[in-house]
Amino acid sequence: MILNILYAFLTVSILGGALGIGLAYASKKLAVKKDERVEAVEEALPGANCGACGYAGCAAYAEAIVNEEADMTLCAPGGPDTAAKVAAIMGVEAQGGNAKKMVARVHCYGNEETTTKAFAYEGLQDCNAAYAMFKGDNGCKYGCLALGSCIAVCPVNAITKREDGRIYVDKDVCISCRKCVTVCPTGVMKMIPYDAEYYIACNSKDKGGAVKKVCSVGCIGCKICEKKFPDAGFTVKDFLSEIDYTIAAQGQDGAAAACPVDCIRVTD
Amino acid sequence: MRNISTFSKGGVHPADRKELTCTKEIVRLPTPKHIIIPFSQHLGVPANPIVKKGDIVAAGDKIGEAAGFISADIHTPAAGTVSEIKEIFLPNGMYTKAAVIAVDETGSLELTEKRDWKTMDPHQIVAEVKDLGIVGMGGATFPANVKFSVPKGKKAEYVVINGVECEPYLTSDHRIMLEKGLEVLEGALIIAKMVGAPKVYIGIENNKKDAMEHLESLITAHHLPIEIQPLRLKYPQGDEKQLLKAVIGKEVPSGALPIDIGAVVSNVGTAQALYQAIVYRKPLIERVVTVTGDAIRDPGNFLVTIGTPIQDLIDACGGFREQPEKMVAGGPMMGFAFYDLQTPVMKGTSGVLALTSKESRKEVTTACISCGRCVAACPMGLQPTRLYKNISVGNYTESLGLGLLDCKECGCCAYVCPAKLPLVQGMRLGKNMSRKMKK
Repeated sequence: MILNILYAFLTVSILGGALGIGLAYASKKLAVKKDERVEAVEEALPGANCGACGYAGCAAYAEAIVNEEADMTLCAPGGPDTAAKVAAIMGVEAQGGNAKKMVARVHCYGNEETTTKAFAYEGLQDCNAAYAMFKGDNGCKYGCLALGSCIAVCPVNAITKREDGRIYVDKDVCISCRKCVTVCPTGVMKMIPYDAEYYIACNSKDKGGAVKKVCSVGCIGCKICEKKFPDAGFTVKDFLSEIDYTIAAQGQDGAAAACPVDCIRVTD
Repeated sequence: MRNISTFSKGGVHPADRKELTCTKEIVRLPTPKHIIIPFSQHLGVPANPIVKKGDIVAAGDKIGEAAGFISADIHTPAAGTVSEIKEIFLPNGMYTKAAVIAVDETGSLELTEKRDWKTMDPHQIVAEVKDLGIVGMGGATFPANVKFSVPKGKKAEYVVINGVECEPYLTSDHRIMLEKGLEVLEGALIIAKMVGAPKVYIGIENNKKDAMEHLESLITAHHLPIEIQPLRLKYPQGDEKQLLKAVIGKEVPSGALPIDIGAVVSNVGTAQALYQAIVYRKPLIERVVTVTGDAIRDPGNFLVTIGTPIQDLIDACGGFREQPEKMVAGGPMMGFAFYDLQTPVMKGTSGVLALTSKESRKEVTTACISCGRCVAACPMGLQPTRLYKNISVGNYTESLGLGLLDCKECGCCAYVCPAKLPLVQGMRLGKNMSRKMKK
């Protein structure tokens, strides 16, 4: 009886001892050298896993930075601050640190009241699905379809659909990951600087007459903003006004007031 | 005649509503003053326009040139002046270039003397099929010359002519078999000659007994080496994969083509167009269209010049009986809803449906209850519900792994879904988005 217990005891102790030695040896011999900087960089990144940098998540991006495969300024949500922190960990000087923070905005002010419908759409509530049918049910083929594909992909819930049917991006919540810009089939979601005062609330490249037929708030390409306010940074291309955000513009207030269709709008 | 058969997996039985038009003879519609010829009437790359505004064209002139391997030439059906090249929406929602032609009566299409195709070289026939812009007319519009050139190392054993017309409402193929039966049969033999296949079958569903008997009598009278295969009613039997399973009992593997199992499938409309193309050197410039639905005053079958606005077809039927709730180009299961009656008839437009609100009930979508009816109905053995759930949350890669690309959008799943989920639209979205992701 006692002997049986002893045998069992001895067998297990010898086995345990042998395996323990094996593990200890393996941990020394087969150790994977881990760069501590990977963890440090990951710590410095915002951790939103938004994918804006083009990598699967913050961990993958951190590894790419340490392996010197990726530029360290790719993190849009982190902005210059994160880039500086990462640069410090990597022991280099931060570059491109003074880039402006960009935020997404729907460049369309159309809704059911202002814009005609070409047909009654029923089906999948997804902008890309609707766009595959005649570029969506709107009379205007450039505008916001407002089915909310951008809302679905936003990692920080910065996008909401307002009661008036328009899609609104909260610029204080937006982390500039551009996911909404990628998913948007009409291209009406565009990035503008965080501190931009005005934006063009239209995306239509149709001629003025065609725009008028389908929408009451669309840019008709009249060029009043470009010609009467030459210092305000407006240029009209393809019957659509654009703001040059890189210059110190003057007189944008006047242009906004003069726009006959009210599509130079204050960012809110 | 062989014993009746059908395919084994899945399928549904929608009400066929063919009684509206199946006894109406094909009526020739005159070519309108303006025709709109899209440069993308086929599967694959749109053709390159080779005419410009102001050009004068003669009937049968080539106006668009195939822009790739899977592409087809485009011809003008009538003489006139190109008044505009503009972008239009096709019934399937695509946006593409089209030539608007102001038709004048300076000359009709000149056909050659009747030629004997039996003395022609198979390669020459394939070249002419390409040159005359023939595409599959069952709806998928696959360029016919690609289908009929057997790749090296493969051998065609069977030609299966598709006289199934399993889509409800449509009767254009049915009428072609009844009125142009001999042309269909000879067309089938031309295909057999092109691909070098010894056996020719024509699969016809049981609801077209008159067509079966008519073709059978023609086959006996002319001693043609063709067999008729009667098929039990079941949708989507007109899909080539289901048709082959039903007729020759073989299954086309996932991702493969019929030629991989030694078969070539062609629609009766294509066979008939092909006969006319080879015997008279006539490009594909007209087709038979069924105009039907309860909103149409006097439904019928029409031989229509390609490029005719659909409005003209509606007018030929005496207009609408009531305001249609939905307009569909093609059949109700796989067709596309469209909204502009100026949309032209194309090579693949087999039917135009004007559906009343009673026929196209508006359904409220509710949540999936995981009942599995779609899985039972799917003729490809897919799990539409899982595919749909993955697609609706953006998991496109996952859905590709579940066989999304085997889905041919036949609509069986959506037809049986008690929650009325837009399943087919979901599959289409999944395919589009995964294609986009690849880029």
